[in-house]
Amino acid sequence: MSDKRLLLGDEAVALGALHAGLSGVYAYPGTPSTEITEFIQQSPLARERGVRSRWCTNEKTAMEAALGMSYAGKRALVCMKHVGMNVCADAFINAAVTGVKGGLVVLAADDPSMHSSQNEQDSRFYGKFAMVPILEPSSQQEAFDMVAEAFRLSEHFRLPVLMRLVTRLAHSRAAVAVGEPQAQNALAPDDERTRWVLLPGNAKRQYASLIAQQPAIAACAEDSPHNRLDPSGTGELGVIAAGIAYNYVREVLPADVSVLKVSQYPLPARQVRQLAERCGRLLVVEDGQPFVEEQVRALLDADYPVQGRLSGELPRTGELTPDCVAAALGVGGARPFAKAEHLAPRPPQLCQGCGHRDVYTALNRVAAEFPGARIFGDIGCYTLGALPPFRAIDSCVDMGASITMAKGAADAGLRPAIAVIGDSTFTHSGMTGLLDAVNDRSAITVVISDNLTTAMTGGQDSAGTHKYEAICLALGVEREHLHVVVPLPKNMDEITRILREEIAYEGVSVIIPQRECMQTLGRKLRQKKQAK
Amino acid sequence: MNRIDIKLCGVGGQGILSIATVLGEAATLAGLQLKQAEVHGMSQRGGDVQSDLRLSTEPVWSDLIPLGGAGLIVSMEPMEALRYLPYLSPDGVVVTASHPFVNIPDYPEEPALLAELDALPHTVRLDIEAVARENGLPKSANMVLLGMAAPYIGLLSAEQLREAIARVFARKGEAVVQANLQAFDLGLSHSLKTVSK
Repeated sequence: MSDKRLLLGDEAVALGALHAGLSGVYAYPGTPSTEITEFIQQSPLARERGVRSRWCTNEKTAMEAALGMSYAGKRALVCMKHVGMNVCADAFINAAVTGVKGGLVVLAADDPSMHSSQNEQDSRFYGKFAMVPILEPSSQQEAFDMVAEAFRLSEHFRLPVLMRLVTRLAHSRAAVAVGEPQAQNALAPDDERTRWVLLPGNAKRQYASLIAQQPAIAACAEDSPHNRLDPSGTGELGVIAAGIAYNYVREVLPADVSVLKVSQYPLPARQVRQLAERCGRLLVVEDGQPFVEEQVRALLDADYPVQGRLSGELPRTGELTPDCVAAALGVGGARPFAKAEHLAPRPPQLCQGCGHRDVYTALNRVAAEFPGARIFGDIGCYTLGALPPFRAIDSCVDMGASITMAKGAADAGLRPAIAVIGDSTFTHSGMTGLLDAVNDRSAITVVISDNLTTAMTGGQDSAGTHKYEAICLALGVEREHLHVVVPLPKNMDEITRILREEIAYEGVSVIIPQRECMQTLGRKLRQKKQAK
Repeated sequence: MNRIDIKLCGVGGQGILSIATVLGEAATLAGLQLKQAEVHGMSQRGGDVQSDLRLSTEPVWSDLIPLGGAGLIVSMEPMEALRYLPYLSPDGVVVTASHPFVNIPDYPEEPALLAELDALPHTVRLDIEAVARENGLPKSANMVLLGMAAPYIGLLSAEQLREAIARVFARKGEAVVQANLQAFDLGLSHSLKTVSK
């Protein structure tokens, strides 16, 4: 029986994993990957099968727990946005050295053009770095089908398999044909200790075996049905289209062009050479960084013309569009209307009534009294405090960096050094930095702006809700320098007084403004009303 | 081949994704091929949002609409309609709400903004919030807009869209379904009057 469903790329991955006998999904929310886990959390099939799906504290705990489930013989999925790969890199790279038992699929959703991110890093480099197979679907249907394929490959090679999406596939809907779900794996823990205990003696053997597997992994990609050469073109140009790039190429493809569609790596070198022999020039079209283009250049003679993002035929930054691909293929269409005249940018902003607004009002008021004050920000809705009307924060780098950067600056003598971090970001990567600051008695004032949710990605559960005071005390923050306040305009005098006093303290202070996110609160009220 | 590319736009929270959901449902019921790229995440909060919806009787490749390709811009806000002008096809139609949503300090002068919209070859605009409010349908302004767009979609009939509205809102109860259908009809009759003029 086959059924057609209208699914986001993310949802296609989720349903594909469930149909492939998934036993657990492990993830921290991050745009554009969040909807994968949310879909599984709401799926009747997942509920019926007892698929584990609660949000994790960060991508590293997610990756390790998934590896544990794989060790026990079951199929596990780890999902994250591209920068999450940095957080779990230690576990990911070493999971390729131990290998896996039950299928382990690592899903990284890249965000070229940085719609909701701070960089454009391309996760395919991580797959190559770890020396594992990589799959890169071009459509929602392929996303659905490839997850099952990824689990099969993972169990066949006994390695994690990396699957890469980009924003435009993750967040685009299309009809997907869905078949019958297959059974889950039974509990079957591995008993091969030399594989799993990475003491140097074992690790050397395991690493050698990973290297020895590489020709088989390359041959699998070379013969993969996902890598297809259509040599029907008669012209001198050949196109290599990776992942979603294939859609943009097909949208405008001139009839005389031969195309190699790439959706599985390592790059199929034989097919690349075949295409190069048929043509006099190659154009590499890929979203993200020039991962394929660099490898194609290395495969061919130095004087063979290879074009793409490195040569300037395609823009070096930003996501692909049908327009830039058409221009690179020399088939740009008409553009009847120019940019409008009466137009102003409309950046995102903090919601009306949001507690972060009151936090920034208080911080700006107090910081104005200290000319040297710096406020180190972090990742979340409250990063919008960098924009007007607040213009309150001086930095935002990576998850947790507010506390540790404030600490380093304070160590250097900067006063006052203030950190602003959200509740979910604090448990993701702020706690260890706070322990460093406590142990060093660094003169920092930490504001944990607690809205009881992971708000920016749409209101997922936050790992530490109702535990922040206990966590701070356990890390060694002194009771008299730990305050919980309610960020409302009527409490402004109290909040600013506490901030002033704690800025004056030459040690670690933590202030927790605590009030529920307006969006989450509104949603709960609506659900209550509907239930009545 | 029969196809239409629709740029849906507005400000985060105005309900463009509901319009997209209804169009997606109608297209699926009609057996059309479609792709619909959405914006999620940070850009939702009071910022500009848009969705690319591509309907066709043949397979759709790109998830994104090319510049100059949109047969229809459907906007919940007049300045947001202008933002996507480079995507409008030569004979494309702009269907937009006319009442500005001002949440930025440098919002353009309203008369000049509306004059630029009216100077385009095919613009249909209406104060959809006022129409929805006056008819006791304050939460259904987006369906007024969808009704306005209906005659220009081509691949889907008004009846198919009405059926999709009924299905999409069914779980919210019959009263919500009826309110949205009424809003849709108000928008539709506005456009039909405009067309016949």
